[in-house]
Amino acid sequence: MDNNMAERIEALGSKVEEKRQYIVVKLGNEQFGIDISLIENIVRMQRITRVPKAQKYYKGVINLRGDVVPVMSMRIRMGMEPDEYTNTTRIIIAKFENNAYVGFIVDEVMQIVNIDENTLEKPTFRNQRSIDNYLMGVAKDNDTLISVINMNMLVEEEEFQ
Amino acid sequence: MDTSQYLEIFIDETREHVQSLNEHLLILEKEPDNKDTINEIFRAAHSLKGMAGTMGFERMKRLTHDMENVFQEIRNDNMTVTSKLVDILFRGLDALEGYLKSVIETSTEGDNDCEDIIRGLKEMFNERTGNNPVSADVSATETKNDIPDTTGDEPIDDRISKITINEGEKTYINKLKDDGKNMIGITVRLIDTCILKSARAFLVFKALEDKGEVIKSLPTIEKIEDEEFDLEFSLIFATELSCEAVKKVILGVSEIKETIVTTYVTPQQIADGGDEYPVLDSKAVTAGSATSEQSKAGDKNQGKAVKSNSKHTGRSVRVDIEKLDTLMNLVSELIIAKNGLVSMNVLADTSDETAFKEQIEYLERVTTNLHESVMKVRMVPIESVVNRFPRMIRDISKKLDKKMELFMSGEETELDRTVIDEIGDPLMHLLRNSADHGLESNEDRIKAGKPEVGSIFLDAYQDGNNVVIEVRDDGAGINVEVIKRKAIEKGHITHEQAEKMSDKDAIELLFRPSFSTAEKVSDLSGRGVGLDVVRTNVESLGGSIEAKTELGVGSVFTIRLPLTLAIIQALMAEVGEEKYAIPLGSIQTIEDIPVSDIKFVQGKEVINLRGNVIPIIRLREVLDIETDDEGIENLTVVIVNKGDKQAGLVIDQLIGQQEIVIKSIGQYIKNVKMIGGATILGDGEVALILDVNALV
Repeated sequence: MDNNMAERIEALGSKVEEKRQYIVVKLGNEQFGIDISLIENIVRMQRITRVPKAQKYYKGVINLRGDVVPVMSMRIRMGMEPDEYTNTTRIIIAKFENNAYVGFIVDEVMQIVNIDENTLEKPTFRNQRSIDNYLMGVAKDNDTLISVINMNMLVEEEEFQ
Repeated sequence: MDTSQYLEIFIDETREHVQSLNEHLLILEKEPDNKDTINEIFRAAHSLKGMAGTMGFERMKRLTHDMENVFQEIRNDNMTVTSKLVDILFRGLDALEGYLKSVIETSTEGDNDCEDIIRGLKEMFNERTGNNPVSADVSATETKNDIPDTTGDEPIDDRISKITINEGEKTYINKLKDDGKNMIGITVRLIDTCILKSARAFLVFKALEDKGEVIKSLPTIEKIEDEEFDLEFSLIFATELSCEAVKKVILGVSEIKETIVTTYVTPQQIADGGDEYPVLDSKAVTAGSATSEQSKAGDKNQGKAVKSNSKHTGRSVRVDIEKLDTLMNLVSELIIAKNGLVSMNVLADTSDETAFKEQIEYLERVTTNLHESVMKVRMVPIESVVNRFPRMIRDISKKLDKKMELFMSGEETELDRTVIDEIGDPLMHLLRNSADHGLESNEDRIKAGKPEVGSIFLDAYQDGNNVVIEVRDDGAGINVEVIKRKAIEKGHITHEQAEKMSDKDAIELLFRPSFSTAEKVSDLSGRGVGLDVVRTNVESLGGSIEAKTELGVGSVFTIRLPLTLAIIQALMAEVGEEKYAIPLGSIQTIEDIPVSDIKFVQGKEVINLRGNVIPIIRLREVLDIETDDEGIENLTVVIVNKGDKQAGLVIDQLIGQQEIVIKSIGQYIKNVKMIGGATILGDGEVALILDVNALV
């Protein structure tokens, strides 16, 4: 019986651990999940200073309370239509290794959801979209599909292509 | 005893002592009779041994002990300084550095016993004495004083006689005597490993004060509290107790090695002032002139050391670089806030608010000064990097069997701490290059009618907002044709390109990756990874490097480094809709040039400015800004220079001069070289900083 109990506790523990919180953002008609533990801040769209000769998907740099932070267009990075800035456009500031900050432009921030990583469905289809290179999998939240993004892949220089 | 908390101090001090040994050994090799040097060496070795012992690093202690024995014999003129001896001593120092490295990395000294070095030292030691521990010509007194025993103690020096007392004190002493008090002279020596010396001394004073009155001490109580004493202190004590009883009281305090307690006799010649040492007991007199000479010399040395120490480290504290970084960040923020106020002021445009303006100017002045002082705190003399080079050149010289000498100047030139940490390797590389490839063999030099001994120069100096470091040699120079040939062989350039190529451009080829002209690969340099790495290192520090050479006369490598890294004065300029900052340090002049004055040379736009032909760079083009300059008659051209190269940057409009804080634009966004970073303007907007070195 003790064993049984231990197993149950273990199962409970692992379940709690695997549920992670994600921020759901909108790009066009699709919804994407971004691991909340990476996110430092969400700011409104603001003036971006262009950096000549930078990668195309970097729109430039912004001033984030005295720090200079590069800002990436997620749309361009993932091969979608260029951004149209609206009232709902936001820049999500994420923190990576070595305290490096990068901002990501999204159309809209929707909500926060809990996603169990074990329920992620790997995209089995390969339809030539470069988005798929950056996805960890697809989660279901009620009726909507949320594509969970591997943020580290977004900032790494692509060598797999 | 747990010594881990002292580890950092140990590491710092060991490093200093090893460096000082290195420097003085080099001097000693050249001037074997230099007494000051040998004394200095002896002292450093002795401190090292004591420190290693305290920290429980037995191997280190053993090695320093054997080295110290040798130094001792040199000091006593029983041993002559030979090149062989210096070699083995240097090896000993290298081994010590090895121990230190191990201590830094693992907090233990490792398990290298360095038996061969110790054996070598012992052999040299025995050769000298012929296995006779006391040579005949050393007087008994000297032997007693100078031959170190295995524990490294020096005999206690009774310095009670050196306490000078004035007339008032003498009267007081006599009064106490009349009251029936015993006057006692006490000298206390703490054990070598005592760490909290002043605390121990304090305990001695406290114990004594319960039993009587301390009249005077040497050094003074203030100095003892500040730990400005070696291991000994002396005092005059008035008490009702006997000498024996007082001794017992003192020895009741722990970590006391030895104490001398004698009846104090007031010296006679007070009126003569303190120059003469008052003699109090017969012991000092019979000890003979040798002893007092010795102790006098010792004292003199000590005094000197304290003085020279205070020159270097006086009134200084070690500060964690992170704390400085924080301070620096705060200053940066202050400057940004100030810039915000300044730009608000410009917008306000109200002429009657002069008071407001004055305050802003005041704030501006304060922040600028604050910035300067913080920057200065971060500045470190370049000496701490270059002081290891003489030793390095000596080793190279031996290894290559090529005579050469290193001359250094401007070691006091200061650079930001972060730059100092990074500049060592590039400089070392350049020096090795000069020694190995630059200088010819001694025979070739004689044939060429040059002095046999080759010279390498390392000169550092400040030049405006830059610090320049030159590595120069009087060797054969670089053969431009050889470079071209190599470059063609390696497929870097074609024959045609080589024909047209100027000497200057050919020398630039040296800095290409995997380019080495050395005919043979040597142990020292010339493995094909060389100057390109140096250039990368220097450029990562925001600097630049140039080479000049003259066949048969020598070569010069010039490194330019920015004086400060974080905050600079810049000229703000508009290009298209965008704002850019150009560091003021590289700007020469700003000119208005009619479009009609632009000429073409080899397909490039140039202007003729007061006789100088200067290429112009259209910033709109290099920065990918759409050009629409039809109908424009005059161009605003900012003339910048990099070393002796000049160029004109075409901008659209001048905004003005401003103090800017340099920020990185992050590691993930591709950072082209011409963008040196970004800065935040007063209105919160980000402007990019142009790196003139990369543009020109």
